[in-house]
Amino acid sequence: MNTQNNLKYTKSHEWVRLEDDGTVTIGITQHAQELLGDMVFVETPDVGRKLKRGEECAVVESVKAAADVYAPLAGEVTAVNPELESAPEKINQDAYSAWLFKLKPENAGDLNNLLDYAAYQKLLEAEGD
Amino acid sequence: MPCLDPDCWSIVRVCRLFISKRKSAPISSSPPKAQPPGIAQAWSRSILIPENRLREGNLESAGIELATEGADGVEKQIFRNLSGKKDRGVKSYDVTSPFFLRYRSVKATSLNQTHRDMNAKMVDFGGWDMPLHYGSQLDEHHRVRGGAGMFDVSHMLALDIKGETARDFLRQLVANNVDKLTQSGKALYSCMLNPEGGVIDDLIIYFLTESHFRLVVNAGTADKDLAWMLARRDEIAPGLEIIPRRDLAMIAVQGPEARARVWQVIAGSQAETENLKLFQATFFDKYFIARTGYTGEDGFEIMLPAVDAVEFWNALHAVGVAPAGLGARDTLRLEAGMNLYGQDMDDTTNPLESGLGWTVELKSDRNFIGKQALLEKPVKQQLIGLILLDRGVLRSHQRVITRPDQNEGEITSGGFSPTLEQSIALARLPLSVSAGDEVQVVVRDKMLRAKVVKYPFVRNGKILV
Repeated sequence: MNTQNNLKYTKSHEWVRLEDDGTVTIGITQHAQELLGDMVFVETPDVGRKLKRGEECAVVESVKAAADVYAPLAGEVTAVNPELESAPEKINQDAYSAWLFKLKPENAGDLNNLLDYAAYQKLLEAEGD
Repeated sequence: MPCLDPDCWSIVRVCRLFISKRKSAPISSSPPKAQPPGIAQAWSRSILIPENRLREGNLESAGIELATEGADGVEKQIFRNLSGKKDRGVKSYDVTSPFFLRYRSVKATSLNQTHRDMNAKMVDFGGWDMPLHYGSQLDEHHRVRGGAGMFDVSHMLALDIKGETARDFLRQLVANNVDKLTQSGKALYSCMLNPEGGVIDDLIIYFLTESHFRLVVNAGTADKDLAWMLARRDEIAPGLEIIPRRDLAMIAVQGPEARARVWQVIAGSQAETENLKLFQATFFDKYFIARTGYTGEDGFEIMLPAVDAVEFWNALHAVGVAPAGLGARDTLRLEAGMNLYGQDMDDTTNPLESGLGWTVELKSDRNFIGKQALLEKPVKQQLIGLILLDRGVLRSHQRVITRPDQNEGEITSGGFSPTLEQSIALARLPLSVSAGDEVQVVVRDKMLRAKVVKYPFVRNGKILV
C-alpha cells in the first residue's frame, strides 16, 4: 500500500502533512480512495473558515457514495485545491498529491495526537481482518 | 486464542470435521427429477464471509468457499480458502464452531472465482457475493455505451412455469397481460402486485409454449417471490409446476457491439438470432438467447447451464467484451431510466406512482391481484427525471422541494451520470410538477437546483435530455 512514512493519519482515513511554513495539508488516504472508487465530485471548505477538530468540512463523492471529510485538527482554512473541482479523479490517480485543503493549526502540538504511519497501518489491518 | 485471520489455514485444521449436508429446500411440488451432473453443485454453492467485512459493505470480501460438489449421490463437501492463491484442501467442517460464528454464508454464482481472478471488488448484494467493479466503474460504463460489456446476472432467478394452466395463472398473478404474448419467445415486462397494489417484484416473462413460460425475478426478492407464487399456485392452479432454475447461469452482454461479439463466440448463432426483435428470445444449442437488457443499449441476455458459464465468460472476454460489475449496471440503468426494485418501487408503492403505468393493463376485464386497489386509489405522484443544475451529486432519499407550491417529493435513485457528466436522478414528485420545471433538492446543508425532465436520459449511446 502506498501509505507514506512522513505523514500523520486519522482514524477516518485523512492524511495530514506538516509544511515548512507551519500550515498542514490534508487529503484522504489511498485506502479511502480505493474503498470509494471513481471520484466524481469534491466539495471543499471556504478559505478563512475556522474549523474545530473533528468537524465535517469537506465531502468527496464517488460513483458509489458520498463520504464526509473531518478536520483532523482545529485551525483556519488557508487554501483549497482548485484542481479538484474539475478533476476529482486526481484523488484516484494519486491520493497523496491530490490534497483537499490547507489549515493553519490553532495549536501545532495537536499534530502529535494523530496516528503515525505504523499506527495507521495497524488500523488498516484491524479493519481489513 | 487461535489465529482468527481468515487467510490463516492452521485454525481451520483444528475445527471439527463435520457439517450437516446442505440441501436446497423442497420447492417444486412435483417429484424431484433426475438432474444432470453439476446441478447439485450449482444449488448449494455458498461462501463464508467475515461479518465485519459484510458490515463494511464495500470491502473486498476475501472469504472461504463452502460447496457441495459432485452429483448422482456421490457428493463431497469442499472447503476452499478463496483469499489464498490456490486450493489448500478438501475437507468438511463444523459451521457452529467459534471460528465460523464470525462468518456469514453468502451465495455465490458459478462465476465467483472467475470474478476474483479478474480482480473484482466483491460486495454482498441481496445475499449474493457479486462483483461491484473490476477496477473502474466509469470505464466499464463507457465500454458498454461504446462497445460491449458483460454482466454476471446469475444471482437473478429463472423460474419455469409448466402446465396447462400456466397462462391463466399468470393472467391473475401479474399486472401486465400475458395475453399480449402470442409468439413463442416473446417477452413481457411486468410487476407482480400484492392485494394492496404494492409491488412484490418486477419481472420478465418469456412465452415459450402454452404449457411453458419462463420468468426471471430479482435476486434479493427471489425467496419472497417464490413463496408468494407457490401460495397463489395452490389457490389458483394446483398441479401447475413452478421450477426454480438455479442450474442456469445468466450473462448479459450489452453494448452496440454486443451481438456481434456473441456471434463470434457461439458458432452458428448469428443466423438464428440476427432477426430477433427487441424483447424476443430463442433457444440455440444449450443457450437461451434474449434480446433484452438493463442498460439502454442493444445486446443479449443469455441463459446457459451454470457449469458452462466460466468457459462462455472467458470466450467473450477473449473477443474483447469487458467484464462490468453492479456499479456500472446501476449507472447504466439509471441513465436508461429503468426502475430498480427496492429503490424506485417496493411492496408499499403503487406501480402507477413508480413510472410503471405502461406495464399495468387495466382495460380488459381480466382480474389480477392488486387490480381492485389500483382502481380505487387516486394517483397523486409520478416518477420523473431530474438533472442537477448546481455542482454535487443527487442520491436516493434526498428531499425535493417543488416550486412555487413548496410541495415535497423524494429522490428514489440518484447518482453521477458518466455519459452526461453530471448528476441525474429519478424522483417521486407530485403530479403538479412537469418536465421543464425547476425544483430544489436538499443535499446536506444546501439547496441545489435541478431541472425536471422526462426520462430516459440516454438510449443507444445518445443523450436524450
